[in-house]
Amino acid sequence: MKTLIELFNLTAIATIVALPFLKVKGKGIVTLIAICLQVALVSIISIKVFSGTPIDYSYLGSYITGAIPVRVDYLSSWFILTISFTFLTGAVYGLHYMKRYIDQSANISLHASAYILTFTSLINLCIVQNGLVFLVIWEIMALSSFIIIIFEHYKKETLKAGINFLIQSHVSILFLTLAFMWVKIKTGTFDFSGITTYTSTEPALIGVGLFILFFLGFAIKAGFVPFHTWLPLAHPAAPAHISGVMSGVIIKIGIFGILRVLLLLKTNFVPIGYFILILSVITGVYGVMLAIIQHNLKKLLAYHSIENIGIIGIGIGLGCLGLGYNNQLLIVLGFSGALLHTLNHSLFKSLLFYSSGNVYQLTHTLDIESLGGLIKKMPKTAIFFLIGSLAICGLPPFNGFISEFLIYLGLFKSLSSVDFSLTVLMMFAILGLVLIGGLALICFTKAFSIVFLGESRHISMDKVENEKPASTLSFYAIVMLIMAIGVVPMLFLKVLALPVGQFAANISIDTAFEYSEIASTASMVGIYSAVFILLVVFVFLIRKMVTKNRPVSIANTWGCGYNGSSKKMQYTASSFIRTYRKLASSFLDIDKHKKEAKGIFPKVVHQETHPYDKIERWLIDKPIYNLRQLLSRFTFLQNGNVQSYILYGFIFIALVILVPEIIEKIKFLINFLNQL
Amino acid sequence: MVSLVLILVASLFFTGIVIRTKSLASGRKGSGIFQPMKDIFKQFRKGSVYSSTTSFIFQIAPSFYFASVLMAILAIPLGKYPGLISFQGDFVLFAYLLAFGKFFMIISALDTGSSFEGMGASRESLFSMLVEPAFFIVMGSFALLTGETSFHEIFSTLHYGSNISYLLGGLATFVFIMIAMIENSRMPIDDPKTHLELTMVHEAMILDNSGFDLGLILHTTNMKFAMYGAIISNFFIGDLASMYTIPIFFAVQIGFAITVGLIESFMACFRMGHNPQFIFILTSVSLLIFFGVLLLLERFV
Repeated sequence: MKTLIELFNLTAIATIVALPFLKVKGKGIVTLIAICLQVALVSIISIKVFSGTPIDYSYLGSYITGAIPVRVDYLSSWFILTISFTFLTGAVYGLHYMKRYIDQSANISLHASAYILTFTSLINLCIVQNGLVFLVIWEIMALSSFIIIIFEHYKKETLKAGINFLIQSHVSILFLTLAFMWVKIKTGTFDFSGITTYTSTEPALIGVGLFILFFLGFAIKAGFVPFHTWLPLAHPAAPAHISGVMSGVIIKIGIFGILRVLLLLKTNFVPIGYFILILSVITGVYGVMLAIIQHNLKKLLAYHSIENIGIIGIGIGLGCLGLGYNNQLLIVLGFSGALLHTLNHSLFKSLLFYSSGNVYQLTHTLDIESLGGLIKKMPKTAIFFLIGSLAICGLPPFNGFISEFLIYLGLFKSLSSVDFSLTVLMMFAILGLVLIGGLALICFTKAFSIVFLGESRHISMDKVENEKPASTLSFYAIVMLIMAIGVVPMLFLKVLALPVGQFAANISIDTAFEYSEIASTASMVGIYSAVFILLVVFVFLIRKMVTKNRPVSIANTWGCGYNGSSKKMQYTASSFIRTYRKLASSFLDIDKHKKEAKGIFPKVVHQETHPYDKIERWLIDKPIYNLRQLLSRFTFLQNGNVQSYILYGFIFIALVILVPEIIEKIKFLINFLNQL
Repeated sequence: MVSLVLILVASLFFTGIVIRTKSLASGRKGSGIFQPMKDIFKQFRKGSVYSSTTSFIFQIAPSFYFASVLMAILAIPLGKYPGLISFQGDFVLFAYLLAFGKFFMIISALDTGSSFEGMGASRESLFSMLVEPAFFIVMGSFALLTGETSFHEIFSTLHYGSNISYLLGGLATFVFIMIAMIENSRMPIDDPKTHLELTMVHEAMILDNSGFDLGLILHTTNMKFAMYGAIISNFFIGDLASMYTIPIFFAVQIGFAITVGLIESFMACFRMGHNPQFIFILTSVSLLIFFGVLLLLERFV
């Protein structure tokens, strides 16, 4: 096992060293082969872990780090498999996507190396259990994902979004560093087991405090509201396969971190559960509320990542409440819902991002308002996008439904089993989840139909090429998995029993019985989904049979007597959501410019809306603005005179030398006075 | 199985009764109660006209819509007889299946590129989002009251002990009638009679459908009505024997149909802009049910 992990890391290093020496065409293929090899290696490891015993060995480490334990348990394996699958499909899709940039040889080398490095560091984060090493790998991960985001760094917005990401990543690292240092100072070890020994002896408040510190760090990575502001900027800036990978799995390392810390902590889980649950409901609803008003396809999907992080968080919160109240059923439903939704989201979100990449490659725009009717040019992409949309809305028979169903069941079950405040909280969470579902439906009916259906709104369809078969190659694998989870969820739940059992074992509770009950319910859902698919096919076949000999004619869309071109009269994305926008206006921040028609012969009229994030305005922009206002008072120092800069240097050196001297003198004086 | 057959039977005459009630209320004799079914069969025999703007989505959507509602009906029990498929949390699946059908109807409306249908689709998506919480809160409240989490178990253990619980049943009936009116785009929310786009929701979405597809959509509306009628009848059936349940079922269906007819005869359509507020009221009424249940269980601290 140890050799496999070392081989995994060596493959990455060897490929990164070899990449610059290859020809452009070879680079992509070599990267793909390397990723395949790596995925094969870690899959062997994870499957062995799932079938046998967890891996646990240790490197000697150095004086600073202490021993470096490497532990691959069920939780790590679940995340390793999730991450590997998406990185594999990302590499296959990326190979196609990058063909357009084939003239940027050096840039592609950097990109491919960073891609491999990100993958390698993510996997290592899942298995390393030493705080300091964890932080170092986390930093490598942050830097390499920064590089893959800013592939098109010659564009100003891309670079800006990338730097935003870089800064926020480092704020996250700051919190994590503080948390690990806290444990190190108290226990003298960087080993993760220090967290357990420390929190088991201290009062619960300390444990909760430590958790909050860890949570802040991981929440920035995962994109919980209000730490989400980097996400909607970074996703549109990155190439499509990177957006898919980033939204699918890179942000999930934050979820992994939260779960890992929960496994290690020994404290009162009730306040933690309340905290995560409330924050997650807000995250989910806020994410989807903002997603609806976005007109950039990738930005819209990015806000949906925030929403889905909220759903995962609701599951985690539910599981924590189960831990706190010793309720087996809640532990099972909450954590298995959260873990399954982590996988599910990585599947349909990468599918959606890759599809949006195809849209971008053929139309060169992501502005929903100017698209339309693309289903005729790219039918396959349209179908895949549709499947992704249905799955992300949590509709049966797709995978999103299964995980949301588990969480719903947990919420409904715990309505009746516990005290008043919890009942109300559960109702609040149910309301939140229902709203998320309903709003997601609005959002994806809008996104799918405005982009793919109707007629093109601004772009001339003649200029749009037909899609290439290679562009949808990796989609089939994703869709197969999406359908498999939707129809035979018990297979996946069987695997999930192991990581979920880890949480229960932590407080020595046996969940086997509850788990088998849930699994049988889930298999009922699966059967129901399968029957549904059959019924749909059956109804459709009947329709086909009946209408076979009926006359069919093609005509214009009914226009109430108007028979001209109705392209410009179609509903647009803004008009589709207009009523919603007005309803929700107090939560939204929309910059609107409008020039209305006036007079008998009105001139050109136009209307623009620029959606903005209210939280970003108040939490990020305002403080930064105030800081800049304050600092601008001191701009006189930066006057561009070399002489004055040299003077500052002298003043600085003089101060460095003089200040201790003066302090000494003052001390001497005080001593002298004391002696008098 | 019993419930499936009964609902399908009820769906045959439901709209007929509504229309008959409306004609009688306006002093006309009106057509037979099977006239709507005859119209639908007429549609089944017709050919279709498709818009050149549409894609295959437009052609598959009605079948998907029909299948989703039929599938949702499978989960509905009748008193002590469970639906064909019954498991914990089946009402979540029920709601999401209906949403699946709605998703396809909305995208098929936008597929035509017509501004009328876009308008209808926009309203439909918003209204169905707003109505969803009411359904879940009512079901959650009854789950809390009975301690069960499936349609069949909730309805078969639901027994009205005290006066307040009858009140809850009445409120739930009100909520479900209103949900049915909104989901089927009937009077206070939407006016299926007028073909004036300013007042249309659902009707505007199916302007371009014709022939077999239109027949499917129309019959799906009938089935949806009968389905909500079945849920409402379940509030009153409890675990009675079948010789009582079947008459009660039909009595509730007919009563429901007459209520719909009367509402449509004597109420005006709301202003479109005020509909969201009205639908929100449903959510607060269902919250009343929730607090009523908490009161019943003496859970208030």
